[in-house]
Amino acid sequence: MRLIKHKTNIDFLGVTRRKIALAISVIIVVVSLVELAREGLQFGIDFTGGILLELGYPEPANLENIRQNLSAAGYDDAQVQRFGTETDVLVRLPPQEGVNPEELREDLRRTIAEGTDGVDLRRVEFVSPQVGKELTERGGLAMIIALLLIFVYVMIRFQWKFAAGAVAALAHDVIVTVGFFAVFKLPFDLTVVAAVLAVIGYSLNDTVVAFDRIRENFFKLRGVSAEESMNTSINEMLARTIITGVTTLLVLVALLLLGGESIAPFSIALIIGIVVGTYSSIYTASATALLLGVNAQDLLEPVKDPDLIDDLP
Amino acid sequence: MNKYPAWLNTLVLVVLLTGILFAMPNVYSTAPALQLADSAGEAVTEEQLTSYLRALEGEDITPEAHFIKDGRGVIRFAGETDQREGAELLRSWFGRNTNVALTTAPRLPDWMRNLGLNPMSLGLDLRGGVYVLLEVDMATAIGNRMQGYEQDIDDRLREARIRHRVDLDDGIITIRLTSSEDLEAARRFVNLADPNLLVAEGTDGKSLTVRMTDQQIKERQDFAIEQNMTTLRSRVDQLGVAEPLVQRQGVDRIVVQLPGVQDPNELKGILTATATLEFRLVDQSGDMPGSRSYPGRGNEPTQVLKREVIASGDEIVDAGFTYTPEGQPAVSITLDSAGGERMLATTRDNVGKPMSTLFIEWQEKEVVRNGVPERRLVKSEEIINTATIRGVFKNRFQITGITPVEGQKLAVLLRAGALAAPVFQVDERTIGPSLGQDNIDRGFRAIQIGFLAVIVFMAFYYRWFGMIANVALLSNLVFIAAVLSLLGASLTLPGIAGIVLTVGMAVDANVLIFERIREELRDGATPQAAINSGYEKALSSIADANITTLIAAVVLLAFGTGPIKGFAITLMIGILTSMFTAIVGTRSIVNFVFGGRKLSSLPV
Repeated sequence: MRLIKHKTNIDFLGVTRRKIALAISVIIVVVSLVELAREGLQFGIDFTGGILLELGYPEPANLENIRQNLSAAGYDDAQVQRFGTETDVLVRLPPQEGVNPEELREDLRRTIAEGTDGVDLRRVEFVSPQVGKELTERGGLAMIIALLLIFVYVMIRFQWKFAAGAVAALAHDVIVTVGFFAVFKLPFDLTVVAAVLAVIGYSLNDTVVAFDRIRENFFKLRGVSAEESMNTSINEMLARTIITGVTTLLVLVALLLLGGESIAPFSIALIIGIVVGTYSSIYTASATALLLGVNAQDLLEPVKDPDLIDDLP
Repeated sequence: MNKYPAWLNTLVLVVLLTGILFAMPNVYSTAPALQLADSAGEAVTEEQLTSYLRALEGEDITPEAHFIKDGRGVIRFAGETDQREGAELLRSWFGRNTNVALTTAPRLPDWMRNLGLNPMSLGLDLRGGVYVLLEVDMATAIGNRMQGYEQDIDDRLREARIRHRVDLDDGIITIRLTSSEDLEAARRFVNLADPNLLVAEGTDGKSLTVRMTDQQIKERQDFAIEQNMTTLRSRVDQLGVAEPLVQRQGVDRIVVQLPGVQDPNELKGILTATATLEFRLVDQSGDMPGSRSYPGRGNEPTQVLKREVIASGDEIVDAGFTYTPEGQPAVSITLDSAGGERMLATTRDNVGKPMSTLFIEWQEKEVVRNGVPERRLVKSEEIINTATIRGVFKNRFQITGITPVEGQKLAVLLRAGALAAPVFQVDERTIGPSLGQDNIDRGFRAIQIGFLAVIVFMAFYYRWFGMIANVALLSNLVFIAAVLSLLGASLTLPGIAGIVLTVGMAVDANVLIFERIREELRDGATPQAAINSGYEKALSSIADANITTLIAAVVLLAFGTGPIKGFAITLMIGILTSMFTAIVGTRSIVNFVFGGRKLSSLPV
């Protein structure tokens, strides 16, 4: 079975297309950055600290009732929302200062059980803001270190122009994925950070596979411009790119639809990241390397001094 | 062409069989069980286990299996009724020296258990339980030690009749003397207290400042953490929680995971509790050096107590809650030999004189420091009881002056030992058992369906080669389960997500190879040559792609906490095992099926 005919010859990297792609990327990245700066992310309590309760009701829950009960008990700033199903409810509270956690827990339990029988406290989380702050710092640090190490690896295996292209593509993917969460106001929790890091891994995988073929073709196709041989490489890899993307997406869509509400943000981040990552390995990674004037010479082993050979007897 | 040598085929087969063996314990279902631990921390012996079994036999409760694992007895039952009744029975018979905890145990055959094989454990998000993150108050840990030095130096100077004043502030001891001639003596005394302390001379030439070196501070911190972890483990055991996890995190934090605990109220605040006791004589003259006045609780009068401690919580080896014949709640105390000797000597010399019991507890209070409110732990010391020594006693006695709830808690705390430094709770997460089960069901269903879709797709798209890739994919799952079981790592929800991602990567490796083989065939290579160069040429792409992802996974593991770590571990294991199954595994099957034959076409 074949999804793609034997030999495609699509002009991925033609000057006009590259310009259009560049424009699209710039717009999406700018929109993402503006939204991130303006609205910010809907950080989960992993980052902000606070209290989270997941409640299971025997019948469809009356959110208004829960809000009123909480408000009457003095928890004015409680966020109450459905969680996946009609009977599941998520309650979020900001950190409560100077309250004994045991008393607070008891008080919340009483407040929530008021007027309803058989509420199941499925999950209760108390997170201090201090832990959240450390987590944000460590998460950012992990991201930067991962990018640096990857840059170094690609530089050693290929060349700095490729490494710059790869890191540009990764930065693009991270910004767009995180930006998506800001634009659509999706909850951003610790699992999303893991997903974003996995996106880095996947996008990188894609980019490196493309680079590998480009390197091979730089040697094989002599007398052809860098742009042409990159285009050929991307066409040759097209079947693989699509099939790998499709199989991974199959699993992720299953995870999104069946995995339950708590890993939904994780699945969304990965799905967005994989789509964006596939696009970016062509239009960000390769185009950047091309923009930096990459050519076959860059990948050749340094030629030994010909004089040395002349001196040999 | 394309034949693996026999040894390589054998190796692949042996690795696969080993993987299956280690993954096998995960296939067995679990049954309710009891975990029995010695409350003094000793390993449970075969004889003890036999006596438990005999007790159960007497009540006609027949266990399914029994064995000792990691120094703890495990008795497995057919159903929950037997388990519950068994627990009640064993608690009433052996509760004094055995902690009985409800748990589950896999129905493993004996030979498997004897080989030390275990199924992978499930994380709290999959099985339900309580997670608590505690922070150790290091300032107090260091302050306590400095207080000891301060007292020591003070005593020595007083004994030498040198006029002085000693103060402790913010971890620095200042010794003020009346003349510079005493400096040498003071230095010597500091040196006697601890030769490693940093001593500096004050600008006035008549004073010394003493502080700990960074090395000492670090040692003190490590000691406080280690000691606290030991105490916490013992407290958790007292609560009857099976398979608890107490782990250090970073410089000053301790993670406690309690699977199966459904409600943090069951912990009754016992993890962070610091309550302990001290016994001191009342200073009836009221002006002995070092004596201090302590407030009484409730109706108890304030007393001036002598500095010397006759016995403290550290020396209590056993404690139990009880009632006095008059019906007052009381805690019966048993001291160790050193404490007992001192109690004997003190009571012998002081018959007819009053002795007080101090109840000491660290309490969390909001303190305003430089205008910023801060949570600090403040030490509260109250006299709960003062009684006249009526007769000589040694290591066993009772104390009163507490409420029944307090008495029960105090007994547990005294048995488990005191914390070396107070701790406060930073995070607390509770996952109900129903959510845990839900997460398992959903996670596994998602994996099954996603996996099935990939398998069907591969079989259609690459025909026989696709089927070979599917075999590799399945064995990859077996290997991941095997490595997780072997490492004793626990599977979490993000861990399942990591496995899902690994499936994607493993498929990619095979897609790269098969597409390459197709290309080679298109370019006119013979089937055998196409197989060979397809594998060879795809290798560098696969390796580069996997190594870069591995870098990301390692960074995640190093910097991540909790859920991120769980994801990174399965991703790392998955990348390594998938490289083996997707490259060597599929190649050995391809070689076995197609290698060394004349072929006109390939089913790829």
